[in-house]
Amino acid sequence: MKFFNFHLMPYAHVDLDAIAKNGSAWVTFSNSHYDPEKGAELYHDYLDQMEFADQLGFDGVCLNEHHQTAYGMMPIPGVLAGALARSVKHAKIAILGRALPLQNNPLNIAEEYAMLDNLTRGRIIAGFVRGIGAEYHATGINPANSQERFAEAHDLIVRAWTEPGPFSYSGKHYQFRYVNPWPRPYQTPHPPIWIPSQGSSSTIRWAAKMRYTYCQTLSPIAAVAKFFQLYRDEADKAGYQASPNQLAWSNTIYVGETDKKAVKEAKPHLEALVNYLLKMPTEMLLPPGYTDTASMKRVRAVKVTGKTASIEDLIASGVVIIGSPETVREKLAEYQDLAGFNTSLTKTQFGTMPNEMARANMTAIAEEILPHFRERLPQRAAKAAAE
Amino acid sequence: MVDFLTSVLAVRGCRIRLMRGGAGSPLVVLHGASGANVLPFMQQLAQKFDVIAPEHPGFGESDTPDWLDNIHDLAYFYLDVLDELKLKDVNLVGLSFGGWIATELAVRNTQRLASLTLCGAAGLYLAGVEQLDPFLRSDEQRLRDFFYDQKKADDIIARALRPELEDVTLKNRTTVAKIAWQPRGHDPNLPKWLHRIDVPTLLIWGDHDRMFPKEHALAYQKAIPGAKVVIVPECGHVPQIEKPDVFVAALETFLGARKKAA
Repeated sequence: MKFFNFHLMPYAHVDLDAIAKNGSAWVTFSNSHYDPEKGAELYHDYLDQMEFADQLGFDGVCLNEHHQTAYGMMPIPGVLAGALARSVKHAKIAILGRALPLQNNPLNIAEEYAMLDNLTRGRIIAGFVRGIGAEYHATGINPANSQERFAEAHDLIVRAWTEPGPFSYSGKHYQFRYVNPWPRPYQTPHPPIWIPSQGSSSTIRWAAKMRYTYCQTLSPIAAVAKFFQLYRDEADKAGYQASPNQLAWSNTIYVGETDKKAVKEAKPHLEALVNYLLKMPTEMLLPPGYTDTASMKRVRAVKVTGKTASIEDLIASGVVIIGSPETVREKLAEYQDLAGFNTSLTKTQFGTMPNEMARANMTAIAEEILPHFRERLPQRAAKAAAE
Repeated sequence: MVDFLTSVLAVRGCRIRLMRGGAGSPLVVLHGASGANVLPFMQQLAQKFDVIAPEHPGFGESDTPDWLDNIHDLAYFYLDVLDELKLKDVNLVGLSFGGWIATELAVRNTQRLASLTLCGAAGLYLAGVEQLDPFLRSDEQRLRDFFYDQKKADDIIARALRPELEDVTLKNRTTVAKIAWQPRGHDPNLPKWLHRIDVPTLLIWGDHDRMFPKEHALAYQKAIPGAKVVIVPECGHVPQIEKPDVFVAALETFLGARKKAA
């Protein structure tokens, strides 16, 4: 299994009561709550953690993109990827991902990834996402055009990477007289494309068809297994067998001395993440037209965004793995076999967790977990391959 | 009670639901973002007028055509509808979102119009005038925002938020987002052309409209030659629902005076 250190870069000093009072840490949560001195400190701590992950032997580090929120301080992830391009020496750098529809010029994304790919001599992984509903409030981009813009921007970026320029392009949402971005990507034909999603079946089908690595965001392991099975089924339909390397699970791992200690230590930070930083009203998460009516109704019915979760709930449903080294190893192996993934996108810092604690967690994961999984493949997939 | 007949009207391949009742000169009502219904104010108007209430493309039972992208598409579509129905001397009444369509239609072509009435109409942006954002309100809050008298909101909420209406609500909201998300409920180019509206124009506005506050009525009045304004006291964004008698009286006075003058 490959391990990536996935950082959300939360504004960890945030006043949680102020978030509760506002109802959300997104879009309407005033940036007067941001203290630049503390924020600057956090950026450096977090970038140091990414470099530390590289030194500890993680296979990659992950960044992502969110706008106007204390949840994550990465509206322009390329800035941070640029900062890491020369200091992270071995690990891959994945941006999971850039939100294509939010850009009025998707060629900027083609250029940004190509620059990073050159800077790192081919260690960039290019994530493509639509952005969650809140981004459409934050950027003004029309959510009803989100799917069309994603499809068009994706096609344009891949063409810009692979077809000799200049050529002209005229779509419904984007038009260019000249498409001829310099530099070209370092990797051939282009950086690997990874597709993170909350589990939309149309996205999974498309990713499988395109043979893009699919990354499942924060979900109970049973759901993850179901989504990954759909991917494998779709790959079968497309005439190939999906490799476990095409499936990445985005999780949260915290290793403590004992199960009890681990839960006690992680609890406030994890609950700050899920119950404060992630929370938003349904109308913010799901602006009209963002997704089809059926999915819209499903989410509205369960009112996912209003629920409060405890660390115990999250452990029990397998959204996170928290415990002693033995427990974490046991659970991770069980989940790998159940869902059949071979990449773990692991948040080692989460919510309000301070720097020293995050570094201790990273060290524990590197020492106690990584070595046991280096050569490990999902057992079921290994069996299937042997048959 | 006047019976309203519902039919399907196909215009260049786009089928929409059309409600029609009463007799007299034609009065076309363009509904707001919440959708099309035969409402008591329409019953009252049908005593004197041939009330024609289409359901916009992308709403309720009407088709969602591929060409529907922006407010201009709806303006041109309704010019086609007026042609298709061969209507003359139309009194065009636009409510909120429908008021924006009506205005965009009128700056393009008033040939088939006798008058224009806007009520709580979208379409303009006024710096410094605070507006509620309907896209960051829950379904219930959004309906409450329409009313000055919250007791009246309770009735509407009980009627509108039934589970069997969820599909229609989501369809309507998607169309509204497609057209009004960005720029939010206005067209920066519209103010350039309001002088072209050359039919008598009435602006009926709730004194306490929080969606498109009455400053919007005054801005429209300033830009549309000869436009008259009626501000309805103790009333929110939907005078036609919250104060139907006042709304109908203002409209009939305006249309009656116009008739006398002609």
